[in-house]
Amino acid sequence: MKISNENIIEMYEKMVKIRKFENRAMNLFAEGQVGGFVHLYIGEEAVATGACASLREDDYITSTHRGHGHIIAKGGDLKYMMAELFGKETGYCKGKGGSMHIADATKGILGANGIVGAGHNIATGAGLGIQYKGTDQVCACFFGDASTNQSTFHEGLNLASTWKLPVIFICENNGYGISVSQARHQNITDISQRAVSYNIPGITVDGNDVFAVFEAVQEAVARARKGQGPTLIECKTYRWRGHFEGDPTVYRPEGELEQWKKKDPIPRAEKYILEHNIMTQPEMDKLNEKIDAMVEEAVDFALASKFPDISSAVEDVYTDIVEEGRSR
Amino acid sequence: MRELTYGQGIKEGMRIKMLENPDVFIFGEDVGLFGGCFGVTSGLVEEFGEKRVRDTPISEGAIIGAAVGAAAVGLRPIPELMFVDFATVGMDQLVNQAAKMRYMFGGKLKLPMVVRLPSGGGVAAAAQHSQSLEAWFTHVPGLKVVYPSNPQDAIGLMLTAIDDDNPVIYLENKTLYAMPGQVEDEVKPIPFGKANIKKEGNDVTIITYGKQVYDALKAAEILEKDGIDVEVVDLRSLYPLDKEAIFESVKKTHKVVIVSEEAKRGSYAGEVAAIIADECFYECDAPIKRVCALNTPIPFSGVLEEYVLPNAADVVQAVKSLF
Ligand SMILES: Cc1ncc(C[n+]2csc(CCOP(=O)(O)OP(=O)(O)O)c2C)c(N)n1
Ligand SMILES: [Mg+2]
Repeated sequence: MKISNENIIEMYEKMVKIRKFENRAMNLFAEGQVGGFVHLYIGEEAVATGACASLREDDYITSTHRGHGHIIAKGGDLKYMMAELFGKETGYCKGKGGSMHIADATKGILGANGIVGAGHNIATGAGLGIQYKGTDQVCACFFGDASTNQSTFHEGLNLASTWKLPVIFICENNGYGISVSQARHQNITDISQRAVSYNIPGITVDGNDVFAVFEAVQEAVARARKGQGPTLIECKTYRWRGHFEGDPTVYRPEGELEQWKKKDPIPRAEKYILEHNIMTQPEMDKLNEKIDAMVEEAVDFALASKFPDISSAVEDVYTDIVEEGRSR
Repeated sequence: MRELTYGQGIKEGMRIKMLENPDVFIFGEDVGLFGGCFGVTSGLVEEFGEKRVRDTPISEGAIIGAAVGAAAVGLRPIPELMFVDFATVGMDQLVNQAAKMRYMFGGKLKLPMVVRLPSGGGVAAAAQHSQSLEAWFTHVPGLKVVYPSNPQDAIGLMLTAIDDDNPVIYLENKTLYAMPGQVEDEVKPIPFGKANIKKEGNDVTIITYGKQVYDALKAAEILEKDGIDVEVVDLRSLYPLDKEAIFESVKKTHKVVIVSEEAKRGSYAGEVAAIIADECFYECDAPIKRVCALNTPIPFSGVLEEYVLPNAADVVQAVKSLF
């Protein structure tokens, strides 16, 4: 494995950051401090982390309803994310978006998305923009297994492959679309097979192995930067929580979650790091404490922030028109 | 009488028809074991089996399109989309196929299908899960559109919708699902195009439907203290529309406020206002008012969402502006 120690530590840090942020968001939701629809990424951290480790700051990503992990992996700031979950004016979207719509254009994050399958075509469009301008940037498109049943999946991959656009299609196959298992929503087990239809490389990797994801995406990014077109990478993984917070997960076979917890991507990375003397246990503990503090700082920031002024509700619909408000 | 929630009313309507007619069946995302995103179909797969209560892949185009095809060959499908906002993904199948096939084919085809679409805001679901898009559907010739406000109407309109030989858009308000209400033991279909006068009054007519019926009733209570006697008309059926009930009320009160949760621009509320202006103008002695959501997407943050959506106080204010 040709990954620098700095890279490995950085990936580990990102995964822990995602896990801790998500655990905190989970508790805040349970306490009623955060509302709306919250889809957590716990268990799937290696996918976003391994993928974004191959990206530069000026590369783009499109995300999904389950977006917190992607945003953090691409360099999102926990404070602004947390403030957005609280609906505060200091949040990434000034409180207008919430969990499902976090975006940061300055980091190439073209937004989490509440419409399943919307990213396939938006990423393709970002790839078109890159090719048009002639830079060597790329766009990574994250999406779930169940989203590959939307027509947008076919349309996006067809266009991107035909025009050789610099897009990396990264499927997070967690085995479910809400309550419907993969076996009940499509007639294949390896989504990477679908690459055949577009005559592009398609591979399946262990999505709970951050280094495996990193290597696969690294190669796909290199191809994309050279103008050789898109790749489809399927990462097999599992979400530990319900589809959204509040989902009682009645559809899960007994023991399935426990099986997957044994493949937790974070201890796997820890083991590798310790065995290869990349970090010592005390260093690792310290890093964990640092991240705990960052998450708490984010919560404090969110709590101390103000709710948006109602006058802001009619702004941002357009660049140049402020809509009429109402007198109350 | 017995008590049911709005959600249970919708389910009861479907159940009754499913027991009666084996050609009636349900499909959509997570409608089986999961019971639907809002629990409306819970228990139905246990009762009717997976043949008649089917979980689909996430493919709104295929859900609506397959309903069109199944209806065309003689079944009576009830497809559910999880949120009305996702109708966009199946819009070709709805607008260019379902709504037009009968006409294009010279009346040679029937398409009995009921598309269930949970609508509206108020649950911090943000811009892509909170819209009120009834005007999109009422604008398209070939679709019927209903929007119940209570459990009794939910059942009655569902019975009629399933028996209708045309595509019916059945809109549901997601904040009403858990709302209980009294339901007659012997359920009867409610004919389309029949409004329900929820409260009689002489001074002003509030025309509304769905969740805003409750804002209107609350406003009526407040206005009563100011000596304004409000009539509240629950349309129930947006197309066909009960023009007669509207005109009769306007002839009595001579003042109209239309309330809906849609963005105001291009709204169905605007269509109702236009019909009154067109056909009943001389009966009005004040401007026809609309109380709607602001012309913005629905924001996430509670303070903003509350401001963007209309409420009873806005209705009170609009009514008072007419006196
Ligand atoms: C167009 C559209 N249809 C349905 C939904 C409701 N919905 C949200 S997430 C989801 C499941 C998505 O499954 P998958 O793509 O596998 O992602 P996962 O949630 O497993 O990460 C569904 C059905 C939606 N948001 N958008
Ligand atoms: Mg999935």
